[in-house]
Amino acid sequence: MNIFSFAKTELKNLFSTPATRAYPLEPRNYPERTRGHVVIDINTCVLCGMCSRKCPADAIKVDRAAGTWSIERFGCVQCGNCVVSCPKKCLSMGQAYTEPDAQKRTDTFTKPADQMKPPVAPAAKPAAAAAAKPQKPAESAAPAAEEKKNA
Amino acid sequence: MSTRSVVPFGPQHPVLPEPIHLDLVLEDEKVVEAVPSIGFIHRGLESLVGKKDFNDYTYIAERICGICSFMHGMSYCEAVEHIMNIEIPERAKYLRTIWCELSRLHSHLLWLGLLADGFGFESLFMQSWRLRENILDMVEASTGGRLISSVNKIGGQLKDVPNDMIRGFVAKLKDMEKDIREMTDTFLNDYTVNSRLRGVGILTKQQALDLGAVGPFMRASGIALDTRKRGYAAYSNIELEPITSDIGDCYARTYVRIQEIFQSIDIIRQAAEKIPDGEVAVPVKGFPSGEYFMRVEQPRGEAIYYVKANGTKFLDRFRVRTPTFANLPGMLETLKGCQLADVPMMILTIDPCISCTER
Repeated sequence: MNIFSFAKTELKNLFSTPATRAYPLEPRNYPERTRGHVVIDINTCVLCGMCSRKCPADAIKVDRAAGTWSIERFGCVQCGNCVVSCPKKCLSMGQAYTEPDAQKRTDTFTKPADQMKPPVAPAAKPAAAAAAKPQKPAESAAPAAEEKKNA
Repeated sequence: MSTRSVVPFGPQHPVLPEPIHLDLVLEDEKVVEAVPSIGFIHRGLESLVGKKDFNDYTYIAERICGICSFMHGMSYCEAVEHIMNIEIPERAKYLRTIWCELSRLHSHLLWLGLLADGFGFESLFMQSWRLRENILDMVEASTGGRLISSVNKIGGQLKDVPNDMIRGFVAKLKDMEKDIREMTDTFLNDYTVNSRLRGVGILTKQQALDLGAVGPFMRASGIALDTRKRGYAAYSNIELEPITSDIGDCYARTYVRIQEIFQSIDIIRQAAEKIPDGEVAVPVKGFPSGEYFMRVEQPRGEAIYYVKANGTKFLDRFRVRTPTFANLPGMLETLKGCQLADVPMMILTIDPCISCTER
């Protein structure tokens, strides 16, 4: 039994900087890959709802009629499945974690009105009329997919 | 004639990281019987397999446990891959091996800290968790999550790790090895620690066999079995020998886990040398049909996964036999005849993970 067995550790602790960080004052540098929160580029989103169907925590809601994409920030488990499954690659993972809050929070993103697809045949397909499409590329592809689904 | 009394132990107790309840039947200070009850944190994760697409269930399988999260996800994926006859790329296999061993490293360092905390050695607990933080940084840098990795998918891995990052991990682990050895020497040689661990809670080799103990708890009783030798992931290309001890007491279990830390560092080094370049995932088409038993060596011991698929996107059944569940009978056996003050040591040295056990 050696009473000086911790002398080395003690000396090291006396002359070294703390192993911990004064957190709120000294912000954390996240690694590049950290999955902190889901970020959406609502202008690219076509409101297809794939992220909502793939979400294991059912935290994402997509309302095609209202043109909104919403996420329960504290329901999201940051698995990244929505990012992987997004066909338009408009979702990505941000690094910082959602900050603590006294209440659960839902963030809603609304697609700009000018990007919503104008009604084509209101009587026949009300759902398709409300569906939002980006102006350029998917204009022709998306209605085709819509028809296939209905058929 | 001493009187018998029953002392309830848990589900909330300072030494218990997770809830398990024991009714300890005492004669004076001596435990004569322990009656366990579990079921405080059942979440019904197994039944979700019928409600989620089998690809998306990977993320739920990962959440069975916070510590062996990666291994749960990986084992589920490997089981489904076996059913669907998918051969994943070699690089993905090696990545799985590296992440498995990083999980084992941080799990064992966590456990060492909890053990030190259990016998009241606060500074050793902090030293242990300080070292663990470096491993968590590596896991976060490579997967994006500190504990829940979310990099598994059926058919390979979602993310690749650059070769220089893997080499960086090996270099950092080599530096850490000295610090870890300094810290673990205290566990193995310190007078106070020895007096709490030596000769306490002996499980003989025969008892370990009869009661179906697994993992370090079993290997500390002298049984040289390690599921990694079966060669899942890339373990068939890795040299490793099960670490055993013949004593079977709390000290032996600590010794086995400490040696496994250094073994894990060696496995990561071997895997980093052998990892080939190439793809990390293959495309998966169709739905699984059939059943498979997958066995993996988790930090706490052997876990068994049963997957039954019916040719649709929803699986029929997913069942997990976790190592803690297998170790509970052995733990109850060691509790018989021990002193009340030693009960925390006995419970901690099986490294209980109740969240896994109850799912």
